[in-house]
Amino acid sequence: MKSFTVSKAVTALMLAGLVLLPLYSQLTGNIFIMTLFTRIIILALAAASLNLIMGFGGMMSFGHAAYLGIGGYAVGMLAQEGVGSGWIQFPVALAASAIYALVIGALSLRTRGVYFIMITLAFAQMAYYVASGLARYGGDDGLTVYKRSDFSGLINLGNRTQFYYLCLACLFGVMVLIWRIVNSRFGLVVQGLRSNEQRMQAIGFPAKRYQLVCFVISGTMCGLAGALLANNTDFVSPAVMYWTRSGDLMVMVILGGMGTLVGPVMGAVVFLLLEEFLSQITEYWALIMGPLLLLIVLFGRGGIMGMLGRFDRG
Amino acid sequence: MAEPLLRVEKLVRRFGGIVATDHVSLDVAAGELHAIIGPNGAGKTTLISQLTGHLAPHAGSVSLGGRDITYLPAYRRCALGLARSFQITSLLQDFTAADNVALAAQAHAGTSFRFFANARKEKGLRDAAHAALDRVGLGHRADVLVSKLSHGERRQIELAVALASKPKILLLDEPMAGLGVTESQGMVKLLQELRKEVSIVLVEHDMEAVFALADRISVLVYGRVIASGDPAAIRGNDEVKRAYLGDQHVVTRHV
Repeated sequence: MKSFTVSKAVTALMLAGLVLLPLYSQLTGNIFIMTLFTRIIILALAAASLNLIMGFGGMMSFGHAAYLGIGGYAVGMLAQEGVGSGWIQFPVALAASAIYALVIGALSLRTRGVYFIMITLAFAQMAYYVASGLARYGGDDGLTVYKRSDFSGLINLGNRTQFYYLCLACLFGVMVLIWRIVNSRFGLVVQGLRSNEQRMQAIGFPAKRYQLVCFVISGTMCGLAGALLANNTDFVSPAVMYWTRSGDLMVMVILGGMGTLVGPVMGAVVFLLLEEFLSQITEYWALIMGPLLLLIVLFGRGGIMGMLGRFDRG
Repeated sequence: MAEPLLRVEKLVRRFGGIVATDHVSLDVAAGELHAIIGPNGAGKTTLISQLTGHLAPHAGSVSLGGRDITYLPAYRRCALGLARSFQITSLLQDFTAADNVALAAQAHAGTSFRFFANARKEKGLRDAAHAALDRVGLGHRADVLVSKLSHGERRQIELAVALASKPKILLLDEPMAGLGVTESQGMVKLLQELRKEVSIVLVEHDMEAVFALADRISVLVYGRVIASGDPAAIRGNDEVKRAYLGDQHVVTRHV
């Protein structure tokens, strides 16, 4: 194995950039970039969690944005009811996501392929309409979170820099966790199931059990992203669960490189930066974005990480 | 005779109007190599799939070591000591040879709900994988991706994977399929070694191999067992000759 590779260098650069960003923001007084990148990091976390089931587990979930909403609403609803403590809000957000994943997963994993995609999409849309119907919590218009989660003075989520580093720490933590899982006994089984389910059954693995646990882990991680997102925007609405958002997450994963550790983060950074800058240039930014993504997916199989990998092999 | 290791009784499986398995009964004693032969379309793979649990029979029963396993899912049967190889190679293509075999060992070495420790560094699993690979003569190819291996090597990996689960009985679905002459001879030699350790049900087209290896042979034609006995008896059986061996030249050297 080569010690220096282009993909490693780019990865290190990106991660270092994320760590040093607040410093840059301080020096230049550019506050906007902090807001932008906090959002990028949170969605990168969501994309990384989706990659666990989609890239490593071969389960094409088209309803992952549902967890963003569930995590977000857990924070928003508790805040509205006067429970402002993050020590309660975050565990509730994670638990609600896990339970939702358990139920949806148990039902969806009876199907395969296109049907799995469609059923996860259908459940997420159901969650979307349920949230739209919550009159007490703003219904269609969404719910304003007047006070960010309170971690009893340990960390102040209202402070831009502290919140940024909290999100970054969550992202890094989740990435380390995913890396450990992927190389563990459990992770090998899940990847084996992606590769050849029949074979795995034949050597003695009950497929569904492992896939369901993986589905729940992934959903819980994304619920964390949802709780952070609600704090970031001070607002949560059904729109965060809309199917186009699930699609965005999928695009980030595919763009960055499915089944790689850093791919989804890379994908989220590139996708959201493109979206940001193209939309500043023209109102019709999607007209440029679409073909661009198409080109990357068509010619760079394996996404950005795949392309960098080809550099390394020469 | 003592209780057979594997007992199949009056197994029936239909596909629409076709009876692919028609009241098949057979016993495999411990230590025996039992071959199942029959022309193309006789229902050999259908039978194997019911033994492994990939296909449910419509009637009849299968028992392993006296325990009824007719409706157990594939993974439970494997845990009870029944391993199979596939007629059409079915491996984890994007995994290395060693990973493929180590996973089979892992399935039989405690829980796989372990999330943190690196499974590729578990010495027990790696050693088991290398032992099984050495067994089939592929120790030197352990770290090669299966997709980069030759067809013959993949057939050997199939066998190594089955062995790594430490089975009581091996169901081999045409292990010689698609192998060249020398490779086939190698496989026969290997099976001759393995049969000393484990009972084997062998489905095979290659008559030379079957008659060289089998203790007993069952002949399957149109889903029915038309004869069962030792190789000499099968060779001498008129019905078998008519149904099958008469056009042996067609089937023994299929390409």
